[in-house]
Amino acid sequence: MTDIIKLTAAEIAEKIASGELTAVQVTEAHLARIEAVDEKVHAFLHVDREGALAQAREVDAKRERGEKLGPLAGVPLALKDIFTTKGVPTTVGSKILEGWIPPYDATLTRRLKDADVVILGKTNMDEFAMGSSTENSAYGPTGNPWDLTKIPGGSGGGSSAALAAYEAPLAIGTDTGGSIRQPAAVTGTVGVKPTYGAVSRYGMVAFSSSLDQGGPCARTVLDAALLHEVIAGHDPLDSTSVDAPVPPVVEAARNGSVQGMRVGVVKQFRGEGYQAGVLQRFDESVELLKELGAEIVELDCPSFDLALAAYYLIAPSECSSNLARFDGLRYGLRTGDDGTRSAEDVTALTREAGFGAEVKRRVMLGTYALSSGYYDAYYGSAQKVRTLISRDFDAAFEQVDVIVSPTTPTTAFAIGERVDDPMAMYLADLCTIPTNLAGNAAMSLPCGLAPEDGLPVGLQIIAPAMKDDRLYKVGAAVEAAFTERWGHRLLEEAPSL
Amino acid sequence: MPGITREEVAHLARLSRLELKAEELDHFAEQLDVIIGAVARVSDVAAEDVPPTSHPLPLTNVMRPDEVRPSLTPQEALSGAPAQEQQRFKVPQILGED
Amino acid sequence: MTVTELVSYEDALATFEPVMGLEVHVELGTKTKMFCGCSTALGAEPNSQTCPTCLGLPGSLPVVNAAGVESAIKIGLALHCEIAEWCRFARKNYFYPDMPKNFQTSQYDEPIAFNGYLDVQLEDGEIFRVEIERAHMEEDTGKSTHVGGATGRIHGASHSLLDYNRAGIPLIEIVTKPITGAGERAPEVAKAYVAELRELIRSLGVSEARMEMGQMRCDVNLSLMPKGADRFGTRSETKNVNSLRSVERATRYEIMRHAAVLTSGGTIVQETRHFHEDDGSTTSGRIKEEAEDYRYFPEPDLVPVAPARAWVEELRKGLPELPRVRRNRLREEWGVSQHDMQSILNAGAVDLIEATIEAGADSAAARKWWMGELARRANEEGVALSALPVTPAQVARIAALVADGSLNDKLARQVFEGVLAGEGEPDEVVEKRGLKLVSDDSALGTAVDEAIAANAAIADKIRGGKVAAAGALVGAVMKATRGQADAARVRELILEKLGVEG
Ligand SMILES: [Mg+2]
Ligand SMILES: [Zn+2]
Repeated sequence: MTDIIKLTAAEIAEKIASGELTAVQVTEAHLARIEAVDEKVHAFLHVDREGALAQAREVDAKRERGEKLGPLAGVPLALKDIFTTKGVPTTVGSKILEGWIPPYDATLTRRLKDADVVILGKTNMDEFAMGSSTENSAYGPTGNPWDLTKIPGGSGGGSSAALAAYEAPLAIGTDTGGSIRQPAAVTGTVGVKPTYGAVSRYGMVAFSSSLDQGGPCARTVLDAALLHEVIAGHDPLDSTSVDAPVPPVVEAARNGSVQGMRVGVVKQFRGEGYQAGVLQRFDESVELLKELGAEIVELDCPSFDLALAAYYLIAPSECSSNLARFDGLRYGLRTGDDGTRSAEDVTALTREAGFGAEVKRRVMLGTYALSSGYYDAYYGSAQKVRTLISRDFDAAFEQVDVIVSPTTPTTAFAIGERVDDPMAMYLADLCTIPTNLAGNAAMSLPCGLAPEDGLPVGLQIIAPAMKDDRLYKVGAAVEAAFTERWGHRLLEEAPSL
Repeated sequence: MPGITREEVAHLARLSRLELKAEELDHFAEQLDVIIGAVARVSDVAAEDVPPTSHPLPLTNVMRPDEVRPSLTPQEALSGAPAQEQQRFKVPQILGED
Repeated sequence: MTVTELVSYEDALATFEPVMGLEVHVELGTKTKMFCGCSTALGAEPNSQTCPTCLGLPGSLPVVNAAGVESAIKIGLALHCEIAEWCRFARKNYFYPDMPKNFQTSQYDEPIAFNGYLDVQLEDGEIFRVEIERAHMEEDTGKSTHVGGATGRIHGASHSLLDYNRAGIPLIEIVTKPITGAGERAPEVAKAYVAELRELIRSLGVSEARMEMGQMRCDVNLSLMPKGADRFGTRSETKNVNSLRSVERATRYEIMRHAAVLTSGGTIVQETRHFHEDDGSTTSGRIKEEAEDYRYFPEPDLVPVAPARAWVEELRKGLPELPRVRRNRLREEWGVSQHDMQSILNAGAVDLIEATIEAGADSAAARKWWMGELARRANEEGVALSALPVTPAQVARIAALVADGSLNDKLARQVFEGVLAGEGEPDEVVEKRGLKLVSDDSALGTAVDEAIAANAAIADKIRGGKVAAAGALVGAVMKATRGQADAARVRELILEKLGVEG
């Protein structure tokens, strides 16, 4: 038998459907892998062994009964601990929700279960998805399987690490400023931030409501597409959910091509702060696209220079309000209730004890940006920048079908390196943030290793809103060409754990 | 652009209901000052005649019909409560307006 | 707390002009909450009508109740407001345990309705126009019970218990522009405005607006300025004044208090105050160390509301006659005084009387029964008139029986008693209780003959011209027939038989 854990999701689903493997075998293989390596990687906060096996048994029973199985039935998945799971702990990487067991499933959780995707457990993340390294988790950092002393990206570092460490063939992330794409880039995996509103946010613990978007993480473009199709679609419980058919992402992933496509390269996405090896691999990717038949168009998007600043006002503003509910009164942590203190004091003590430094920093920053006297200059202006960025994208997409850029300016940095320098940390999302502000779709996929450190580099592809299928069409073409060039998938070069 | 003082951080902490320790006040004052200094550039466009974008997609009128959906059971609703009494959430005394 | 020596109302008004601002919150009568599908039914056990959304659980999201928006537009239209072409919800951020998300989903600078007015009629018939600033949509909070302190008050309580069944119930907040020019009639205007608004809300069918149930709550903002001045003074904000009478009293009290402070050279502090039903006074709320900073911003979890003009026009066409207009029409049709109409209104009898008339009764009879016997019964039982187990059709039937001579008033009251006791329709009660008026002359004749025979002395007096003595014989006949005789007819028969002119 081939090593089950090295199979792609598409392969696993096929083998389960054909009876070559059972869902239980597949689940047990991944649980064993987690058992073997997760002590080192720390991708998971909670492994739901029993739940996963029960789901797997159900898939096998269905197959025996001759019921039709979905395209990902029986495939294991690592779920970011930001989605509520009924009866299974959900912490959002925060102490303030330690031990909280939600009484309801997120829409995304529900969809995964309905599709018979086997949920292995909940993955580590920066607290409340605030961070780019997963070091802000209250439960300790996650290691990058390429080099355990390096960060796996963030906030969805647990999900990207689980994929890179072969603990799961599929994972779910959320992307507010790059939290799916940047972890994918630094771990040599694939991550997609769908169009805003494509994947329901109901049951996804909010960080910044107008930016947050759940999405698929995988080791291949096709696997991401298969997962995308399962989780996307209209949800009446989310008012910002798009009520339109899901773009044909699987079809696109099966028919990768850039022939005749116009591909934009934005001049604002390079310069100071970009690692040489990252730019080198990016330039090679552009050359490759040309070779594959794409026309390259230089683009100028001047307002992108203000994107990071706008993001660090809008996201904290929304989070300062979204996180107000964590007050120690209805669920989660309560500290300092000695019978004499007031509710106000207990709330302040609880939040002080329950939130980590980055969360407090952003809550205060957002409170500042929204407070009277500062609103217009900060929050108001940031929303204007957002308009300008959307206009830049609109103008760009009149000239091109997709835009490409490095996903992140550098490869994975060392754990601890930027912990106390928020501004340096924030730079990790320089290339990913404009997409969140505009609400359009983007993917990161591996485009090689940086020569100077041998760590993965990500190529970002950006498409207009609701044209998510273009990501997969281009991504599949690039992936196929690189795999052919390298003779294997990039992840094969990662050291074994 | 404006610097941020320790007192302002203390005020923000109160508004945010965070009981910050003294050393945190100092630390955050320093960091918030740097961050705000860096993001204040957005106000370069404050005067521009550009409509603000609050929602990334131009959706309007998303509403649901006035039909009752099942609620949680009281047990589910209270399942995460740090304290409860008489099927209600038990909270410390509220300093309210009497 | 400093006790303020009040200035007399007359003295206050001699020097100052009151300026009022009234903020009324109305709980809508939708089936579900504003942003989730939980039921709004009253009387459910604690926390049984909650879900992730109205409990503010992590990950939950709101979805707007279409009926809430429709009600808001109806209210806006009835208040002659403009209806926004496009507006958003906003978050009002502040911490309070009764508010699960620690922000209230409300509207800020983009209310759904704005710039309107409501004409209110004072007791003497004068019309006063109250300008409306805005009407906006928001959500209610949960309910806290304070434990361990004296009489369940928040002060001194050891802890509180929260029930979130009410959290998220739709509210419409209606805010007036500053009301000036009411002078000494300011308290009366305030009361009349709230009363008129309540009638309006009820007539639209969007809420029962029962103040005693907290379905309608009023905050009274008041300031004084010296007569002839054009700059408003500092205002106080008296919270939760929850009956019509209280609105009037609170306004009056604040006028006298402000005047006292100002004439003694003091300054009014901008603060919230609490009204006390027992003595009609207000006291200062907790002074906050810092001014509230609600940090409003557009609610990112909800998309803008852009009511189609066609929809708005359709709703406008469906509006009922305004209560004041209808009241005046009915008053004329019924031929009653302004004062009587007010009593009818206060008794909640307008609709009942109208329906009774529609069921065939004449207006005098309809008013007589509802405002007399039935009002008395409702009062005794402490229920609303409309809650009595009698329908306008039944009242009309009883009135018809009286009109055709089948019943007299005394018997009619017994029929009402039977109907209210659940003995059936009026005719059944008459039948079962044997209440038909004895109008058969031969049966009555026998009773009259017997009475004359048994009271020969009195009969002689009558024959001798003392007609007034007939009363005693009438009484004897009524007694013999157990009241089921028409007393007037009995009298006629007695006089006839004794050969005397009546
Ligand atoms: Mg309000
Ligand atoms: Zn609810």
